[in-house]
Amino acid sequence: MSDTKNILLVGVGGQGIILVSKILTAGLMKAGYDVKMSEVHGMAQRGGSVTTQVRYGKKVYSPIIGRGQADILVSFEKMEAVRWIEYLKPDGVVVVNNYEIPSMPVASGKEEYPQGLIESLQEAFETVVVDAAKVAEEIGNIKTQNIVLLGALVKALKLDEIDWEEIIRETIKPKLVDINIKAYNKGKEL
Amino acid sequence: MKQLMSGNEAIARGAYEAGAKVAAAYPGTPSTEILENIVEYKDSIYCEWAPNEKVATEVAIGASIAGVRSLAAMKHVGLNVAADPIFTYSYLGVNGGFILVTADDPSMHSSQNEQDNRYYAKFAKMAMVEPSDSQEAKDFVAEAYRISEEFDTPVLYRITTRICHSKGVVELGERTEVEPKKYERNQPKFAATPANARIAHARVEKRLKALEEYANKSPLNKAEYNDNTKIGIVTASVAYQYAKEVFGDTASYLKLGFTYPLPMELIKDFASKFETVYVVEELEPFMEEQMKAAGIKCIGKELIPNLYELNPDVVAKSLLNKESEVKTLDAKVVGRPPVLCPGCPHRGFFYTMSKKKNTVVTSDIGCYTLGGAAPLGATDTCICMGAGFSAGMGMAKAFEATGNDKKVFGVLGDSTFFHSGITGAIDIIYNKGRMVPVVLDNRITGMTGHQENPGTGKTLMGETAVEVDPVEMLKVIGYKTVKVVDPCDLKAMDETVEEAANSKEPYAIVTKRPCVLIKGLPPFKTKCRVVTEKCKKCKMCLKVGCPAVFFKDGASYIDQSMCVGCEVCMQVCKFDAIEKVGE
Repeated sequence: MSDTKNILLVGVGGQGIILVSKILTAGLMKAGYDVKMSEVHGMAQRGGSVTTQVRYGKKVYSPIIGRGQADILVSFEKMEAVRWIEYLKPDGVVVVNNYEIPSMPVASGKEEYPQGLIESLQEAFETVVVDAAKVAEEIGNIKTQNIVLLGALVKALKLDEIDWEEIIRETIKPKLVDINIKAYNKGKEL
Repeated sequence: MKQLMSGNEAIARGAYEAGAKVAAAYPGTPSTEILENIVEYKDSIYCEWAPNEKVATEVAIGASIAGVRSLAAMKHVGLNVAADPIFTYSYLGVNGGFILVTADDPSMHSSQNEQDNRYYAKFAKMAMVEPSDSQEAKDFVAEAYRISEEFDTPVLYRITTRICHSKGVVELGERTEVEPKKYERNQPKFAATPANARIAHARVEKRLKALEEYANKSPLNKAEYNDNTKIGIVTASVAYQYAKEVFGDTASYLKLGFTYPLPMELIKDFASKFETVYVVEELEPFMEEQMKAAGIKCIGKELIPNLYELNPDVVAKSLLNKESEVKTLDAKVVGRPPVLCPGCPHRGFFYTMSKKKNTVVTSDIGCYTLGGAAPLGATDTCICMGAGFSAGMGMAKAFEATGNDKKVFGVLGDSTFFHSGITGAIDIIYNKGRMVPVVLDNRITGMTGHQENPGTGKTLMGETAVEVDPVEMLKVIGYKTVKVVDPCDLKAMDETVEEAANSKEPYAIVTKRPCVLIKGLPPFKTKCRVVTEKCKKCKMCLKVGCPAVFFKDGASYIDQSMCVGCEVCMQVCKFDAIEKVGE
């Protein structure tokens, strides 16, 4: 179990997290790793908080991890990074999208969206802040934010031996392949 | 060939490879994708969405009696609905192999309770198989069919959310066609009259003994011994993976895939070799209680909680008192509860009800469960499929008996109406309930991710079908008025609710507007936008609970990427500060 790496992807329903974990697991499998992935379905589709966990190594047993065990936390939304931070190893890495999605208590004016989240992450953890929305908008499709984050994740985990462009080509609809490869490469450059 | 598959995909593949010919289900998280994947093999397997789990189970039972391998799949609470046929089919035994898949939901990720359905195997005296990952989820199907046919028993195929929705690497096989068993009328076997059932029960008791003998040598039950270990762990399902993760080779394992009847001789032999025996199982002490009753010294729920799902952390903390180091942050986060989508047709109805003072809204299982969440907060109860009508009926009768003039509105969706709302609607008419049944017809089974149902005009296999119309059904049952209303027309919705509340005759409401997520709907050409200068900051528009509507920089604001132009917020604004754009 010591050689097993744990990736925790978190965000909000509709942000394309499942697609990223699909590409991720396909690539890891191709590279010869044993892979397990666990996702939360159902009510989460209705704007709730979404998580998927990807584990890879020589032999993976449990499909899920507990607190303090993720090597990397990739958060597609700022507040979600903080919500799930206890799952990260104390020396783990956070990749966080500098992007806010207000939840219902915020939208309805009951609560304020918390300030200073990125700063408190940076104080405690090695943190990579990604402006995925800005990058995605620049390349012409806001929906590619998730693939920008995939690029940042690949870089942070040093998973360069895998041909991710090929996996993207195999997973994504042909007419969206080019823009997503662009998004992936932008994410890697950040 | 190797493929990454969820447990649900793997079971579908397993059914295909094992030569299954008929499969039926009602959608329910976490089981839904089993049939959604079986339909990929529709050339080989007939498959259907049944109106409810009881019907699905009976369809699969009929196919089994006719001689083919069949399967029914459902979430754990679905088996409560299907309990009637399965208990008796256990007495009768099979012709073609029969598997009932129950997908339990420890931690209630998407359920109203976390009942442990392993007890159904014991209760109904049928065999039970529990895979622990995707590979086993596929492979065990063939063995389950073999068991079913050899021992003349239904097999309860028990999985949990983390088996259903976790993906793992699966080595695929080929389909083996299975010759259908010959069908001949055999009343003593297949007609459960009292005389036949008395004989059948005795047969079932003998069958349990034979199954226990099988269990002791079943290839699904395996001991894994590691050198110099003092701890022996008896475990099954995904809990096995957690135990392996925590103990690695510092313990030995008895990993059970065939878990009812338990292989008690095998367990006794295994347990005798260790100083300490742990039973690592999720939820209830199902195995532990039986082991203790058989005189086996073991530790289980004294240390491991029976609340919620397990994970490696919980196992390590319970048994080894070991916790991973955790670094927390001081920062505050705000909750992110699930909400009705922007443009959800249910919003208009629940907003209307949220304004009513003297009403009770008995709700049900589906997207409309979210009508109870803030800021709408428009519902009183949520129990099970169908209770929106029938529990409402009971409340109405109780109010009547105690001189309370509260008006009850019972609410459920189109798919739930077909599932078990119809009987409640009949009860209200037949027994003169002073309440209003409301069908929120959004033309799809929403919460589980858009499955066809008897009202959609399409089958699981993609064929065109009769569209069963809730409006016509309610009329036929005897409702004098069945008012069809667009729930997003707030004025019409309010008038309808008032009229229904004051009606002396039986009155039913059907709100009609399709779920905005249905694929192939005409595109939404208009959106709503706040005219900031006109906004008086009264925040009325926030009360509709739409995720696209915010309060930002001192005024209301509508996220244009989320808005689909349903105009509910626009109708709520008293200052005409929300306008329509596009066309």
